Amino acid sequence: MVKPQQTLNQQLLRYGLYAILALAALVYLLPLWVMLLTSLKDVEEIRTGTLLSLPASINFDAWGKAWSGACTGSTCEGIAPFFGNSFQIVIPAVLISTLVGSLNGYVLSLWKFRGSEILFGAMLVGCFIPFQVILLPMARMLATLGLANTTTGLVAVHVTYGIAFTTLFFRNFYVGLPKELIAAARLDGAGFFFIFRRVVLPLSTPIIVVCVIWQFTQIWNDFLFGVVFSGADTQPVTVALNNLVNTSFGGKEYNVDMAAALMAALPTLLVYVLAGKYFVRGLTAGAVKG
Amino acid sequence: MNPKTLSLPETGTVRPVTLRLQDRLAAQLPKLVLAPTVIVTLVAVYGYMIWTGLLSLTSSRILPVWKFIGTEQYGKLLENDRWGVAVENLIIFGGLFILICLVLGVLMAILLDQKIRAEGALRTIYLYPMAISFIVTGTAWKWLLNPGLGLQKTLRDWGFEGFTFDWLVNPDRVVYCLVIAAVWQSSGFVMALFLAGLRGADQEMIKAAQLDGASMPMIYRRIILPSLKPVFFSAFVILSHIAIKSFDLVAALTGGGPGYASDLPATFMYQHAFTRGQMGLGAASAMLMLGGVLAILVPYLYSELRSKKNG
Repeated sequence: MVKPQQTLNQQLLRYGLYAILALAALVYLLPLWVMLLTSLKDVEEIRTGTLLSLPASINFDAWGKAWSGACTGSTCEGIAPFFGNSFQIVIPAVLISTLVGSLNGYVLSLWKFRGSEILFGAMLVGCFIPFQVILLPMARMLATLGLANTTTGLVAVHVTYGIAFTTLFFRNFYVGLPKELIAAARLDGAGFFFIFRRVVLPLSTPIIVVCVIWQFTQIWNDFLFGVVFSGADTQPVTVALNNLVNTSFGGKEYNVDMAAALMAALPTLLVYVLAGKYFVRGLTAGAVKG
Repeated sequence: MNPKTLSLPETGTVRPVTLRLQDRLAAQLPKLVLAPTVIVTLVAVYGYMIWTGLLSLTSSRILPVWKFIGTEQYGKLLENDRWGVAVENLIIFGGLFILICLVLGVLMAILLDQKIRAEGALRTIYLYPMAISFIVTGTAWKWLLNPGLGLQKTLRDWGFEGFTFDWLVNPDRVVYCLVIAAVWQSSGFVMALFLAGLRGADQEMIKAAQLDGASMPMIYRRIILPSLKPVFFSAFVILSHIAIKSFDLVAALTGGGPGYASDLPATFMYQHAFTRGQMGLGAASAMLMLGGVLAILVPYLYSELRSKKNG
């Protein structure tokens, strides 16, 4: 939209444009930058300095304490054990929901039957309900099954409500596969699972990546299910972080809070930086836009 | 031993029967694969909805009690001052959050659409908050908005002695703190949605309008933005969904306080159902939240599914 012959006016306009965009970038980066600065200062420096003043020397004491010494409610072992809990929940939940979603999507796109569209619509509701409406019965059910306050219970909950999204992702992706490919395989006598494994799955890499990233971020960042369904030692890191920040004995250690928050954010930030393209695709696919 | 079953192999019908069984099984395989999800959805989405609905009609407090008292809980809820504050907060928070995200998202998308150098880097920066949990977002902004040590102190130290920014501890202003943090978190995502929409805009039409001498602002206003109606619609649905669900942000940023000045329906429900032993009331509030979501969602899904069928 920029013509090759630029007048002075246009050039000024362009500088203005860059200035606005750069300013916006600074605003978006500010909280992260302030968190990082704060986590590297000691408490005294935080009290006397300002948000943006640089730390006198870089020291990672607050990081060490946040990782293995800070009190998160009942224990004082830092967020390390809860960081581990999060992985224990996230990994199986992501794998199971992705696998089930791909099989569901395969059926709903390439093996449609009468009523399957209605089932698909009915499943989508699971993407949108406010989870408050299922919390009480789910708590009851988990208790009945003996899964209350366990990691397995949390995995089950995340799989249950993650399937709606993963099914949507895979279904919308598989609808776009060339029908002839499947038809040919079926004519050759290939069965349901054979076609899935040999024809469909090898073509699925892009959507698997999107799906895994989406599920990983959603489940890692979850707080509601964690706070309602986990026990004192099965809490995910989000719940532990919230406890750390909101319960304090004696002086408030903002540097430790910020270090812990950064650690809790690190895995998903890393995924975003490494695979941002797929992350965005997941977001837009989650918006029911194929 | 029945002689009849013994004679079956001799008639040679066993193999065909089992084959047919296998075929029938194979024909049912897709349905079988889908079955677990259908059952789980039936139980954990629809069943639980009904369960919560029934619970909301009972006098349950700490434990579920199946004594039905009609719509008494809903009556209590509507008279409850705290619920009133929560709903009012949701309207203010949701309204501002959606509006500001949409305006910022469109503006930033248009600015980024001007063949900007470093577009990729800028996009990455605008969108990164979306990767972070609301708990972290809340923690960060709680620190920034803290009147004693945050932005207020920083500006005062820089010489703006009279600068006051105490919204976080001001019951009349605290809800705007939620808006600030939520907008920071989600506006980049709206920008990404619109940017994708702009890239898909009809280039032929834009060229034609340019040849007719239309200015760029005019082209955006008359041609490009109207063509993005579906994107507006999607963004609106997603943002309102985020707003209604907001629970983590309140928990981390304000804890619902001061007092219950920054409660939202989601935190109200959690408080009453899980920490205050008011299960019936909590269930009723959950049902009203569901009603709110469905009121926005049903028309959306309807139009979405219909347009897919036609396309």
